[in-house]
Amino acid sequence: MPLLEFTDRGIYCPLAGVYLDPWKPVDRALITHGHADHARPGHTHYLCTEAAAPVIRYRLRLENNLQTVKYGEPVVINGVHFTFHPAGHIPGSAQIRVEHQGEVWVFTGDYKLENDGVSEPFELVRCHTFITESTFGLPVYRWKPQQTIMDEINGWWRQNRAEGKVSVIAGYTLGKSQRIIGNVDTSIGNIFLHGSVDNILDIFRAQGMVLPKTQRVTTQHKKQDFEGSLVICPPSAVGSPWIRRFLPYSLGIASGWMSLRGARRRRGADRGFALSDHADWESLNTTVRETGAERVYVTHGYTEIYTQWLREQGLEAHAVKTHYEGELSEMVEGEEKTNPDPVEEQENTTGGTAT
Amino acid sequence: MKNFANLFTALDQTTKTLGKIDALVDYFRQAPDADKLWAMALLSHRRPKRTVNTTLLATWASAQAGLPLWLFEESYHVVGDLAETITLLLPPPRTASDESLTYWINFIRALEPLTIEEKRAQIYDAWSRLDHTERFVFNKLITGGFRMGVSQQLMVKALAKHTGTRETVLAHKLMGNWTPDQNTFTQLLEEEQHDISRPYPFYLAYALEDDVTTLGTPEEWYAEHKWDGIRGQIIVRDRQLFVWSRGEELVTDKYPEYTVMLDLLPDGTVLDGEILPFLDDRPLSFNHLQTRIGRKTLSTKLLREVPVAFVAYDVLEWGGTDLRERPMHDRRAILETICAQSHPVLRLSALVTFATWEVLAAERLRARELVSEGIMLKRKTSSYRTGRRRGDWWKWKIDPLTVDAVMIYAMHGAGRRANLYTDYTFAVWDQGQLVPFTKAYSGLTDDEIRAVDRWIKQNTLERFGPVRSVKPELVFEIAFEGIAKSSRHKSGIALRFPRIRRWRQDKPAAEADTLESLRLLLDER
Ligand SMILES: [Zn+2]
Ligand SMILES: [Zn+2]
Repeated sequence: MPLLEFTDRGIYCPLAGVYLDPWKPVDRALITHGHADHARPGHTHYLCTEAAAPVIRYRLRLENNLQTVKYGEPVVINGVHFTFHPAGHIPGSAQIRVEHQGEVWVFTGDYKLENDGVSEPFELVRCHTFITESTFGLPVYRWKPQQTIMDEINGWWRQNRAEGKVSVIAGYTLGKSQRIIGNVDTSIGNIFLHGSVDNILDIFRAQGMVLPKTQRVTTQHKKQDFEGSLVICPPSAVGSPWIRRFLPYSLGIASGWMSLRGARRRRGADRGFALSDHADWESLNTTVRETGAERVYVTHGYTEIYTQWLREQGLEAHAVKTHYEGELSEMVEGEEKTNPDPVEEQENTTGGTAT
Repeated sequence: MKNFANLFTALDQTTKTLGKIDALVDYFRQAPDADKLWAMALLSHRRPKRTVNTTLLATWASAQAGLPLWLFEESYHVVGDLAETITLLLPPPRTASDESLTYWINFIRALEPLTIEEKRAQIYDAWSRLDHTERFVFNKLITGGFRMGVSQQLMVKALAKHTGTRETVLAHKLMGNWTPDQNTFTQLLEEEQHDISRPYPFYLAYALEDDVTTLGTPEEWYAEHKWDGIRGQIIVRDRQLFVWSRGEELVTDKYPEYTVMLDLLPDGTVLDGEILPFLDDRPLSFNHLQTRIGRKTLSTKLLREVPVAFVAYDVLEWGGTDLRERPMHDRRAILETICAQSHPVLRLSALVTFATWEVLAAERLRARELVSEGIMLKRKTSSYRTGRRRGDWWKWKIDPLTVDAVMIYAMHGAGRRANLYTDYTFAVWDQGQLVPFTKAYSGLTDDEIRAVDRWIKQNTLERFGPVRSVKPELVFEIAFEGIAKSSRHKSGIALRFPRIRRWRQDKPAAEADTLESLRLLLDER
């Protein structure tokens, strides 16, 4: 019996009777992180890291059915050892290591190697079988260092400010927003947040994350309050009436997809910033190599292409069909479709939108 | 090249017209004259000849990147642009270069006589000396298809701002047969030119979207049919004839019928009109004209079966005088005297007389029967402007034909649609089978495209390279302007201007239309 199996509900450990990031309701679910395609509603019991728990509890409205562990703290179920290790993807995100009688599997969920200053930095876990995402598993994706991208964002903000424009930047609420707030040059001006970004930030602040001062956009604010400031909103707010209050503004979008000119232009943004929370081509290859795994399963992304590439590198690689969606869904679908935020819904009456 | 790469970045980073003009003016201020001229040439689609084929470029780029060719190709399918794919995959440059745009264009042109090995060495050398954006520009110069999001009109605006010359004057100067090799910047813009073939920029109409009654009273307007041929300009000067198509292409040789214009028109005449196939005093559909386009030689048979006439809409020059600033009613009066004698090759576009908008609306409904695309409306007081403008000229097209069809294949879009499945192949029923009959890729909203893309990814049956076959479930209403028999298509028919009109989420695939119903629409002429 393999240690982990790929079923139509999710990745399953038959020995322990638990699922990893399942997409259909199950009894016991181990969750890598709070993004909607990995943490889904409807399971009976949840287990995740302490760091990821508050956001997951908030988004899925969980009460007493969520258990937590620390990074590295083992959970033993029927002789199978499970440990969570930082994935560097977003604050609280984890890879899950599964060990039974010396055989080790690692499931990455989503990950990136660069230390972004807000997420627990990625930890390499050696294993026999490695289950990796492949969101950006194509050689055209090569990230510039975070500081380079932040310099671009700072420069854009400064220029907009000089031209009397508000800088509106759209990025995923969970992960990207904290990363921008935590790294942007706050001496340029004030930072305003869309309600859904602010809600998540409140949760992280309550957990002890130290971030610069921000303000939530409310109906009380006047146009002149936003002058020269940076506004952070989810992609779904782009094109909604909510955004009109910042006119005149320049629109930036932060996503790994923005490294392609076509994707930049399609989004109709003034600027695209190629800031990704996923591993790029080089990082994927480095990680696969350094885990020492002799067998690799490739999940969401350029699954078949990356699998083929690994095979040509002499590895036993398999493509796996999952329901994870990667950054594409983060960018394209907006977010929280299944979990409307009650606070935002009230604001919707004044033109705001979160879904 | 740095200047030009910066211009490219600046243009890429703004979606606003004013920002683009500023970037161009900035460039014109800094660039040497030779570079300016090349930039203008590139922006008006005059690009250097291709000297290296794209397959070789792809092979060399994957070799430099240390990647197998199949992976290069997969990358290309995702990126949707060859020059960009190469740029993204190449290892970082070894040195920098300060050469000008003109230097690199000449570099590319000098490749022509070289052997493949020599070309490869040159290309590797160029790649090793150019930074990311410069490489992209360089690759674009080689592969062609350089679109910078700047229309000719916008470039002329910026140039006018830079040189202090009037836009209409500049637009006219920039038409015709100039190349950066034969002209210098000052020659082109500052000296009076003697190119007798030079056409005027076309005035193009926008589609009328509001109710026609919003245009005011019928007395203010001329109405005529909008013919479905190729917009063209007839020039007679110094006893020579020049025929230009709207694509700024000199097509005199393609329409030998027009030689008669030299007998019909005096020197110093320029007419605007439609190149239209005409047989037995009736226009033929565009499909007939298409059989003549692209032919190197015209057989006597073809000339007999698809003879062309010129339907004159307007007169732009008469007695050597530019009439474009004169009101339409004056120009029309002159045009009517020019075309007073009816002639099978030179025909006056007839005016539709209408006292009320209802009468005109009724005439518009007859358009398909007359093989026209609808009605053109021109304000009687309007001057002949340049480019596409709102206000004075409108096209009021007939409603398209439609068919409900099932999507069976999908392909990635190119360029701005990279990452998404946006190009679809549609089928209709024929004896219980789905027969593909057309492709279409425009017409859905961004939200719909995303939803359909997601559906495609989850309902793929097979993959063939960039193409996926999908479960035959989704139904779309396809609009089109015309339909003709075609031996090249399995379905036996070909549509003109097919596009997606809406997603029929209310309709199951079984209720899509049949090939039989499409055949009934076949236009026999
Ligand atoms: Zn994620
Ligand atoms: Zn994911």
